[in-house]
Amino acid sequence: MYNLDYIFILIFILIGAGMAIAMYLLSKILSPSSPDSEKLSAYECGFEAFDDARSKFDVKFYLVSILFIIFDLEIAFLFPWAVSLSNIGALGFYSMMFFLFILTVGFIYEWKNGALDWE
Amino acid sequence: MPSLSLEITIGILKIFSFVVPVLVSVALLVYLERKVLGAVQLRKGPNVVGPFGILQSFADVLKLLTKENLLPSSSNKFLFIFAPMLTLILSLIAWAVIPISSTYVIANINIGILYLFAVSSFGVYGVIIAGWASNSKYPFLGALRSAAQMISYEVSIGFVIITVLICVGSLNLIDIVESQKNMWFAIPLLPMFVVFIISALAETNRLPFDLPEDEATLVAGFFTEYSSISFGLFFLAEYANMILMSSLTVILFLGGWYPPIDIFPLNAIPGIFWFVIKVFLILFVFLWVRATFPRYRYDQLMRLGWKIFLPLTLIWVVITSAFLFYFGLLPN
Repeated sequence: MYNLDYIFILIFILIGAGMAIAMYLLSKILSPSSPDSEKLSAYECGFEAFDDARSKFDVKFYLVSILFIIFDLEIAFLFPWAVSLSNIGALGFYSMMFFLFILTVGFIYEWKNGALDWE
Repeated sequence: MPSLSLEITIGILKIFSFVVPVLVSVALLVYLERKVLGAVQLRKGPNVVGPFGILQSFADVLKLLTKENLLPSSSNKFLFIFAPMLTLILSLIAWAVIPISSTYVIANINIGILYLFAVSSFGVYGVIIAGWASNSKYPFLGALRSAAQMISYEVSIGFVIITVLICVGSLNLIDIVESQKNMWFAIPLLPMFVVFIISALAETNRLPFDLPEDEATLVAGFFTEYSSISFGLFFLAEYANMILMSSLTVILFLGGWYPPIDIFPLNAIPGIFWFVIKVFLILFVFLWVRATFPRYRYDQLMRLGWKIFLPLTLIWVVITSAFLFYFGLLPN
């Protein structure tokens, strides 16, 4: 037996995509098009752009995404735990508390090391 | 048992019964925003197009449709066109699991909140792709900022959702609302409610957290290079996301379609009415905040997310679960 609910989600994705494409095509038909090189150059405040836009960026952004992966994984573990908490008893409860404790130790270490500071 | 094709037809009609009101609400919300901002600053706001200017948003859409759509020569063409479409699709498909009454929902799946969490996490891709594909400095920086901001606040949103789940014991959105029949979660989980509203502002890039499109430093952030309907799609998606986040707030904390007090004249009114009223109240708070507070600085924003909200929500998960566990109040 298949589940219709997920088929509806799939249909919804197709309808959403169809709407987005339709609006884009509609604008293609309705709007004028007279491109020239000045219009199509990358935006800059009054002068020619003199450097590649895809330059090096601050390592902080990278650090934030690594931290995010850790905590998001933690949340992924917490979802099933939160739903089944009444069925898994004391062992389930205390093991998650232990897991959260370890993560908190790591979090405090990051904090003390200044990984969360933006200067 | 109705036939498969009939059920699918009903499903498609249901999908349009969500998409059309959402798009009309977006138009209404844009109008409402300009009117509220106008009222706060003691001016009239839009008042020319249609009675009281109510057709202003439709005029804006028409104008965007007929403007020239520029494709910067240095951009990655396919990704540049794809990014706004992805953003719009994501902001629409999230509605598949939003229940507006105890029976009316497109897909009543048992992992509803997980689906919403996944779809809203995808939102960051639209921003990153737009910033990267533009191949221009301001969009690139805006996209970086935006991605860092969205993922930072997603962590606290995740913990807030976990606290609610501990009190409900189900991932289904209808179950979440129905367990609030007697008391809205906004009361016992008040701090989480506040954290959720603030994180929702950050997640949808609204003021005071609109650093990604901070016009004083970044021109227009990740959609600087976008024009015409490509910009329009981003705009539409942003407002649809605002409405989505306020519906989620209503479902998680304000008892969805339940009236404030379960007495006769109030509970005779259909639930959809209460749902819409609550959603627009939260949206009004969004606009009110925009009109009142100055913009945050980026380091303050990251500090609030990582050093205040994350520990606070983490501690609250532990407190809530320990309280329910030791007093034997866990839901079955």
